[in-house]
Amino acid sequence: MSVETAAARAAETPMPGVARGEVLVDVKNLVMHFPITEGIVFQRATAHVKAVDGVSFEIRKGETLGLVGESGCGKTTTGRCILQLEKATSGEILFEGQDLTKLDQRSLVPVRQKIQIIFQDPYSSLNPRMKIGDIIGEPMRVHKIITDSAERAARVSELLSVCGLDPKFADRYPHEMSGGQRQRVGIARALAMNPTFIICDEAVSALDVSIQAQVINLLEDLRDEFHLTYLFIAHDLSVVRHISHRVAVMYLGKMVELAVCDELYDNPLHPYTQVLLSAVPIPDPEVEAQREHKIVKGEVPSPINPPKGCVFHPRCTLAVESCSKEVPEFREIRPGHWVACPLVG
Amino acid sequence: METQGGYLSTLLQIEGLRTQFFTSAGTVKAVDGVSYTVEEGETVALVGESGCGKSVSALSVLRLIPDPPGRVVDGTIHFQGQNLLELDEEGIRHVRGRQISMVFQEPMTSLNPVLTIGLQLTEPLITHLGMDDSAARTRALELLGMVGISDPKRRLTQYPHHLSGGMRQRVMIAMALACEPKLIIADEPTTALDVTIQAQILELMKDLTKRLGVALIVITHNLGVVARYADRVNVMYAGKIIETGSARQIYHNPKHPYTLALLRSVPRMDQPRKDKLDPVEGQPPDLTRLDEGCAFRPRCRYAAERCAEAFPPLEPVGNGQMCACWRKDDLAGPLREAS
Repeated sequence: MSVETAAARAAETPMPGVARGEVLVDVKNLVMHFPITEGIVFQRATAHVKAVDGVSFEIRKGETLGLVGESGCGKTTTGRCILQLEKATSGEILFEGQDLTKLDQRSLVPVRQKIQIIFQDPYSSLNPRMKIGDIIGEPMRVHKIITDSAERAARVSELLSVCGLDPKFADRYPHEMSGGQRQRVGIARALAMNPTFIICDEAVSALDVSIQAQVINLLEDLRDEFHLTYLFIAHDLSVVRHISHRVAVMYLGKMVELAVCDELYDNPLHPYTQVLLSAVPIPDPEVEAQREHKIVKGEVPSPINPPKGCVFHPRCTLAVESCSKEVPEFREIRPGHWVACPLVG
Repeated sequence: METQGGYLSTLLQIEGLRTQFFTSAGTVKAVDGVSYTVEEGETVALVGESGCGKSVSALSVLRLIPDPPGRVVDGTIHFQGQNLLELDEEGIRHVRGRQISMVFQEPMTSLNPVLTIGLQLTEPLITHLGMDDSAARTRALELLGMVGISDPKRRLTQYPHHLSGGMRQRVMIAMALACEPKLIIADEPTTALDVTIQAQILELMKDLTKRLGVALIVITHNLGVVARYADRVNVMYAGKIIETGSARQIYHNPKHPYTLALLRSVPRMDQPRKDKLDPVEGQPPDLTRLDEGCAFRPRCRYAAERCAEAFPPLEPVGNGQMCACWRKDDLAGPLREAS
């Protein structure tokens, strides 16, 4: 699709919050290197897994930012760093103007109420020995939001119905529920704290297609009802396109492209984004038969020893000599459309 | 299409297959009266959600259902004229890997972690084809080259943990092709892989099966993969095939409300974004508590009284397409409008 039509369509679809709302999360030059150690008594780092290597982006209030990429690209680590589940090697994470990386555990407690996470696997993220009511009620008890147990039970029922579950599920255990129902419990638990910002880490990936659509609709309804901001981490590009206002693409610890959703999908600029989009099969045999499939050669290199220069250059069809030497600048080619490739635009 | 011209012979014919699991919670009717055929060189897709019986029906073909708790209780599976269910253990061993081979979902768990790639790849050649070591080695190198693995000599001495997920799946495909089988059953072959690697593997399998004339049963829940791949599509729900037809028929002219609902519930990248997705409401049924009616009825927006009385038979609706729905005739109009 041409640039004009994409831009026109982007202009037609008003996206609440985008470009207008205030910045809620501002990630600046985030770096997360995990050391690989040798030795038992005297541990020394022999190498580093460069999981996230200099990533910057901002999320505005009410916005859903999609974060896509293949396994090992650092998208989950980015989410965990924002939540302070990993201590970032360097960089700043500003949440409502406050740098989370500088806070100690005690000062993080009130912040943690505002940022919640929904995990991928609805089987391992719920304690099998706790009743659903206790799972959802626990954060309210821990943070002393509702100390009275009867009041808490009422709130749990309310949350269950908000998430489309029968309140009587509160007395059941996770094994009595299906995957889709468990994921709704995970969502109810995240909502229990009245958060402003939710990180959805592959929140619908483990679900069957018919159930996946139910949960996506629920997440969208909740976003509108409670004015939530999402960081939607996923590898399924069609789902991300559906739910996001803006989308960021990561590859091997780096951000390669960031744009408004329709602009990115209609007019991808980075060669990696292009092969990624072309690899997604479309559920229509006629479209598939006519579509050009750009197949990318080779596999993702190891993040321990990523390629010099542009990390994508060994697999890139456009690559020229300078790509293996200079790290490409992440630059704004058009208003709101950022790309890390000097050869396009 | 060639396969409907009738000049290709039927390779696999499954009739009235019933596979059940006898558990403490009751009898699970995992596969409940499934019939379909695979022609020579054809790619057939089995599509459906978790627990619909697609994997179990394929495992039944190779008699890989663990007994107890599971058992094929009824039906016939004719492969090149021979009923696989009547073979003894020795007989089925000659079919497995030799005439019908499998590619499993998890390349990590389906390769033996303590044996080298070379040993695992030459084993079927030595057992089934009676090759000697050096001939098997030469053939193994050839196979690795065929599936696009670089430096095959070194790979033969490596262990599965040395390889990435995509490479392991390539090794699995090489193993499946080793004895030049007539049929490969691929159970979610790309589900565990990243999307760009998935595209590589799909392209490889498509190319190899076409070139070598191998028939393929591909089991998947990914409707996009099916569209890129399959000649014929069988849609399963709660242990039964509820619709079957060519890929074009299934995607462009679905006759069963479930097929349509499934297609409509996935967001599509080639279409404008919708405000809301259109999910299939409700939960999949409990396979231990199925009644005699249509299993999709509680989630079906077109359900009528008759749907509770008996399960609708799979009947032709024209041009080789078949559908199991009582209301298939009066729904033709509404479904076409909705799709």
